[in-house]
Amino acid sequence: MTLFIQQLFNGLALGGVYCLAAIGLTLVFGVLRIPNLAHGALYMLGAYVTYFFLATLGVPYLAAIGIAALVLFVVGVGLERLVFHPLRNSPHTHHMIAAVGAMFFFQSLAQVIWGADFRRMDTPITGSLHILGAEISAQRIVIIITAVVVLALLTWFIKRSIHGQTIEAIEQDRTGAALVGINPSMVSMLTLGLSALLATIAAGLVSPINLLSPTMGDALNLKVFAIIILGGLGSLPGAIIGGFALAIAETMTSTYISSAVGEAVAFIVLVAVLAIRPTGLFTKAVQR
Amino acid sequence: MTLLEIRGLGKRFGGLDAVKDVSLDVEEGRITAVIGPNGAGKSTLFNLVHGFYRPSAGAVSFNGRDITHSSPHATVAEGIARTFQTTHLFDDSTLLENVLAGRIVRSRSNIFDAIFHTPRHRREARINEDKALEALEYCGVGDYRHDLASNVPQEVQKRTAVAMALATEPVLMLLDEPAGGIPEEETADFGNLIRSLPQRGVSVLLVEHKMSMIMDLADTILVLDHGQKLALGTPAEIQSNPDVIKAYLGSTKQEEN
Amino acid sequence: MSALKNPRNIGTLALLVIIAAAPLAFGDENYIMRVITTGLCAAIAVYGMNIILGFTGQLSLAQGGFFGIGAYTVGLLTTDYDWSFWSAFALAVIGTAVVGYLSGLIALRTRDEYFAIFTMAIGFIIYLTISRWEAVTHAHSGVNNVKFPEAGDLIDFSDPTAMFYLVFVILLVCVYITYAIRRSGVGRTLLTIRTSEDLADAIGVKVGLSKQLAFAASAVFGGIGGGLYASVVGFIGPDAASVDKTFEFLMFILVGGMGTVAGPLIGSMIVTFLFEFFQDFQAYRFIVLGPIIIALVIFAPRGIVGYLGGFVDRRNRRRRIAETRSTDEARGAAEPMETTTSEETK
Repeated sequence: MTLFIQQLFNGLALGGVYCLAAIGLTLVFGVLRIPNLAHGALYMLGAYVTYFFLATLGVPYLAAIGIAALVLFVVGVGLERLVFHPLRNSPHTHHMIAAVGAMFFFQSLAQVIWGADFRRMDTPITGSLHILGAEISAQRIVIIITAVVVLALLTWFIKRSIHGQTIEAIEQDRTGAALVGINPSMVSMLTLGLSALLATIAAGLVSPINLLSPTMGDALNLKVFAIIILGGLGSLPGAIIGGFALAIAETMTSTYISSAVGEAVAFIVLVAVLAIRPTGLFTKAVQR
Repeated sequence: MTLLEIRGLGKRFGGLDAVKDVSLDVEEGRITAVIGPNGAGKSTLFNLVHGFYRPSAGAVSFNGRDITHSSPHATVAEGIARTFQTTHLFDDSTLLENVLAGRIVRSRSNIFDAIFHTPRHRREARINEDKALEALEYCGVGDYRHDLASNVPQEVQKRTAVAMALATEPVLMLLDEPAGGIPEEETADFGNLIRSLPQRGVSVLLVEHKMSMIMDLADTILVLDHGQKLALGTPAEIQSNPDVIKAYLGSTKQEEN
Repeated sequence: MSALKNPRNIGTLALLVIIAAAPLAFGDENYIMRVITTGLCAAIAVYGMNIILGFTGQLSLAQGGFFGIGAYTVGLLTTDYDWSFWSAFALAVIGTAVVGYLSGLIALRTRDEYFAIFTMAIGFIIYLTISRWEAVTHAHSGVNNVKFPEAGDLIDFSDPTAMFYLVFVILLVCVYITYAIRRSGVGRTLLTIRTSEDLADAIGVKVGLSKQLAFAASAVFGGIGGGLYASVVGFIGPDAASVDKTFEFLMFILVGGMGTVAGPLIGSMIVTFLFEFFQDFQAYRFIVLGPIIIALVIFAPRGIVGYLGGFVDRRNRRRRIAETRSTDEARGAAEPMETTTSEETK
């Protein structure tokens, strides 16, 4: 039982990270109609930039994440301007190929600056809490709390602020939104920036637990895509539910079956969803 | 003889009835038309017959065979062809190549025939080319066969779409607003093309907004409103039907003005 | 047939003749022959990618994985299990066909971005398996001393020139198959799917089945390329199955031209030498190549052969249009004018 509670909290913490990473991806899909295959690379870059501010410049941990998130926001906006915007009228394969190009560029860039070796990010948050007999590290508690706060802020942003509402409007109806005077390209920039920002927060939070490497985004890429396909491409609640579901399934199978199965869970989920309903489990039937 | 038999067909989208309890007989050698205001479920009906949507209720049979749950490529193989409301053509291909694509469903040669250049492959290539050309000529656009689809006028595109459907050797053709976007003075010409189809052994089920064209062409008219049957009859019966006048014809006249 | 009158085919043949003559120029330089031969192995895999991406319009990110399956089947069987090259190679082909066919069962139900995501997952899982399953694949220590093909006393395949010609002949078959597909109803079927799946469906094309078979075929080409590659270089590591490989293939096909007969070969040759040129910067080359690939899809998505071929096609079309018009007496000379204007307005 203690082990179960322990793993449940681990799963929740991991779920928070997955949610933050997946929400940006699903928003980008909803607004730009493209699967950003470079999303994992943005996450990786976010981790390294956080590391740079924390370890190299000595900025406090949470501030380092914040600054890195802003830096990545700019990177995301740049990615939209320089890569996806020029391709908005091209066949769908083209922007995916371009995204793969961007992915390799970011990976290679990180490798040049920080090297190919694994790096460890130390966190000032130490110690642990005892809940129902299980020992939960403070870092995981911080992850869960931050994730909940950021998700709440994001929901508020989308429901209440002008920019957020335009994102939602465009997600629902692109041409209609253009008719009522919303500038789609402005919203595209904002959305990609936001997705990079959220991915960076996720990466900054989880990095003290995992190690940093230029290829750390590859595995995450598979997982976030599994999540948003499970939750339905473009669906915010779907990404949140899917994120926690996948994370808990992953930690539980790793604990009770084997770590190899745990690693394969994302893949199994992805294949199963596509086999049952190729357009995602929670997507509504769209009239053609 | 009844070619296409639709019985109690229904389709729900998220709790809304797009089509509900529609029954219709399409007779061989005739032109049957479906009319109704926007959103009346005409295109949905086509999509159901053609297999793009799975019906929630009812049955469709064609030539006595049940095709309710057939996929589009199976219904095309059975002999039902269709055109779309907005013209669908392969823009970067010539008209001839477009119509040749319609021959795929009637081709038997496979990749190995292509690799070994078998007699079957050569024979079929020749037959396909002949039939595609014939379909283009029949629709009056043979002269444009080497033009790119994106370079020809709208009317030629519409005719090519009909030629592409003809190339699949259908027994029944579903035409979704075939004359939409065609200038008024050329509508009559286009109507003649449709009228000639039954003599070619191709019966027609038609959705069209141009009321004069419908009344002139159709043998039987089904009026849909909110996904349901409002009336069924000959053009004369429909024109004098008080329900239809109230629900549809009146409003259309206003729209047209 | 008038196949030889078409400048496109003449160009392809000329290219093949030039490559066939490569040993005459570089026969003594084993290193260059090795580079060319590995480039040809990659080209075979790129021809597979051409079927699914170029013809069918579906982005497969699993091609590196299939290349890896081919390479590891040949690599492991000829070393740890002492199979002959040929039987291992045959199994590599069958194996990739089976994996391609089975994953195609799901791939056929997906389209566009779902297809890409699904194949990305397939590619990644193949890479994970190869790089982690140490007991079988030796993970990062890789496989050494992969056998050369056996040919009794007839040919000695440890000679780079002999190996070159073996790969070249297999490549010829791939080029011919691509050519046969392109000019036949099979190619028309795939191109129809690429342009619009809905329209393809509406004219009776079996979209799902065609996609599945195209995917399986592309996997087999990947496996053939990988199997030959293992034997050519003699050593393989998990890199042979990585996403980097898929990226390289993408680069090859983009430079050469998607959906063309000669494109994959031209692209593979040019970019392989470019890679050799950048070899000192091995780890950093993607810093340059990433932006290049982005620039290519934005500014020149049709590739070298795509543009040259487009030029030839346009000229042929003008000539044919003029012919059809002039045969029609009633229309007279005014008609070609009309086409040019309609072309200009578009």
